[in-house]
Amino acid sequence: MPGPIQSLSRAAAIMRLLAGGERRLGLSEVATSLDLAKGTAHGILRTLQMEGFVEQDPESGKYQLGAELLRLGQSYLDVHELRARALVWADDLARASGETVYLGVLHQQGVLIVHHVFRPDDTRQVLEVGSMQPLHSTALGKVLLAYDPVARGELGDTALEAYTSRTLTDLTDIDAECALIRERGWADSIEETWEGVASIGALIQDRRRNPVGAVCISGAVERVCEDGFVRPSLVASVRSAARAISRDLGAGRF
Amino acid sequence: MTTELSGNAALSGDAALSGNYIAAIDQGTTSSRCIIFGADGRIVAVDQQEHSQIFPQPGWVEHDAAEIWTRVQSVVRGALEKAGLTRDDIRAIGITNQRETTVLWDKNTGKPVHNALVWQDTRTEALCRELGRNVGQDRFRRETGLPLASYFAGPKIRWLLDNVEGLRERAEAGDILFGTMDTWVIWNLTGGVNGGKHVTDVTNASRTMLMNLETLAWDEKIASSMGVPLNVLPEIRSSAEVYGHAVGDLAGVPVASALGDQQAALFGQTCFSEGEAKSTYGTGTFLLLNTGEKIVNSYHGLLTTVGYRIGDQAPVYALEGSIAVTGSLVQWLRDQLGIISTAAEIETLANTVEDNGGAYFVPAFSGLFAPYWRSDARGVIAGLTRYVTKGHLARAVLEATAWQTREVVDAMEKDSGVTLTALKVDGGMTSNNLLMQNIADVLNAPVERPYVAETTALGAAYAAGLAVGFWPDLDTLRANWHRAAEWTPRMDEATREREYKKWLKAVERTMGWVEEDEQN
Repeated sequence: MPGPIQSLSRAAAIMRLLAGGERRLGLSEVATSLDLAKGTAHGILRTLQMEGFVEQDPESGKYQLGAELLRLGQSYLDVHELRARALVWADDLARASGETVYLGVLHQQGVLIVHHVFRPDDTRQVLEVGSMQPLHSTALGKVLLAYDPVARGELGDTALEAYTSRTLTDLTDIDAECALIRERGWADSIEETWEGVASIGALIQDRRRNPVGAVCISGAVERVCEDGFVRPSLVASVRSAARAISRDLGAGRF
Repeated sequence: MTTELSGNAALSGDAALSGNYIAAIDQGTTSSRCIIFGADGRIVAVDQQEHSQIFPQPGWVEHDAAEIWTRVQSVVRGALEKAGLTRDDIRAIGITNQRETTVLWDKNTGKPVHNALVWQDTRTEALCRELGRNVGQDRFRRETGLPLASYFAGPKIRWLLDNVEGLRERAEAGDILFGTMDTWVIWNLTGGVNGGKHVTDVTNASRTMLMNLETLAWDEKIASSMGVPLNVLPEIRSSAEVYGHAVGDLAGVPVASALGDQQAALFGQTCFSEGEAKSTYGTGTFLLLNTGEKIVNSYHGLLTTVGYRIGDQAPVYALEGSIAVTGSLVQWLRDQLGIISTAAEIETLANTVEDNGGAYFVPAFSGLFAPYWRSDARGVIAGLTRYVTKGHLARAVLEATAWQTREVVDAMEKDSGVTLTALKVDGGMTSNNLLMQNIADVLNAPVERPYVAETTALGAAYAAGLAVGFWPDLDTLRANWHRAAEWTPRMDEATREREYKKWLKAVERTMGWVEEDEQN
């Protein structure tokens, strides 16, 4: 068992020092208080600054705690915020593709549908916000499995249900599929959950590139696929919507 | 329909018939935008710029009309650039605008004589009381559909004429022009001092308190009672016809529609049939019901207004109910109480509980509006017990918007005799799923959200496209409307009635809070 890492301990001490009241401290004050060489203190402060944990006042050159610390404390993305920001792009994706659009996030052992845009054909459709979809057999779920280690952990050791003859139920197969999804940047699911239904999904990331959810289109196999594969033009639309939503999430809070 | 339009020069052949796009200018309260639409109603490009809000003293709100015109030109250029289009691609320009905001300018120099008085500006309150004489605020309601209130343009013109030195003389000499923002933008767009067209459309004119709803002409008697010389007023035209052609970046493109923002949203939502209604949920909420060719007088505190008029077809009228505090209540919870950190979080918080826990929140922050119009009311949270949590309050906040919608819809049904079969919604709050479900529940009618929340700009584009034959008829526009989401009622009748009764009880408790002697 190796001992504590010295520079991390020192960084923690600097942050505790800066947290002690509403104050800004100069480099020499930090170095003196903690009995560090100025060069050492400066190196640590600069690193912390690069990570956003410490900010330097441009005029006085003094240091204070950074906004990143606050964000760490409230890092989860509110799903309703996600919906509000995705609304325009999800609408556009549905219109461009002519198919149903879903946004999903990981919730317990499945995918929680947080947004649903109807297929633009004005047929009777029922809003599915709040419903759950399986992780291992849907495009949304497989995107989350591929990118979110927490999702993969949720699969555990329980036996996976085979919804159709095409459902992947073997963890080795699923991991291989996830590797492929990461490599090409999108997931598909052709009749793996529902007969006759194919879907294409892509990842939504927040400003720190954390996986926060997935967006997909879903529709009849005959429309979504061509010669047994999902249509490349639809893949492109889904990926571009996912990128647009991710970009909007990076725009900061309002 | 196209044959009917040809009568007013809409299809006289001077339009650039090659263009495949329509540009809509949305001159709003906080910003100006230009949105370019394709034939299927999808957005091709958007550009937006804010303008300054000027607050000379409490209750006064002004805009610099010259700045607004600069912004408008800039967003038109910006949208064209983003879309990679030139003026040759644009078949027509449509205008939609913040309503009632009033500017007067010198027709020889093109310069505004004073900042524009914004619709929210309350400086004409005393003047409105004075104009009511012994009759009160309904003195001009029969002719104009409006109560005497500080929003409307007529009294704002009077204030400017009374308070800007020498202005009345210049106006009487014929040097001064009045416009709401549609008029100001069209005049500048079509040449300004070099032959700019001085026109407005029926929807904007219907918010001046100077237009007679029956004749759609300026009411000379009212103008004279209000002290507004007729020669400052623009010509009243339909909402969809070619008023003139642009100069500048869009040189030669027909300027072919104008609609006040809420009427434009009604048009963009394709509420073309009697009984169809839309509700726009923003900081405040505006509900408009198409009443067809009938002018419905309101006895329940609603406004009667022109919905739109296409070319020389018969005008279509509407009833309007506005709710002052909806989205702004959520903002209040975020900014004033700090219970949530973003507006969207209200839904998360509300979802932590099953119901309102017995709490009701009536946000009568500056009195009760439609259908009560009680300025002595102030907000209350009723039904508090130890049991109530912030989750329950979040529920009560969302329910407040739903119940206020119900009150306006009830008033509309009483005034018009029409039963609402579905409500088309747009605006920022439509992303709140719980709220939309709640509205469907308390109205006992489905709530429908279309694709593209930009219904206001879309309405202006639709009207302009109709005027130049880009779209052949209303049915084509209707076919562009697609349901992106629908919320169907789930609440049982007994619960709905019980809750409504509680809400109404809470509303009662807001009244009479402000004593007569502290009114101002």
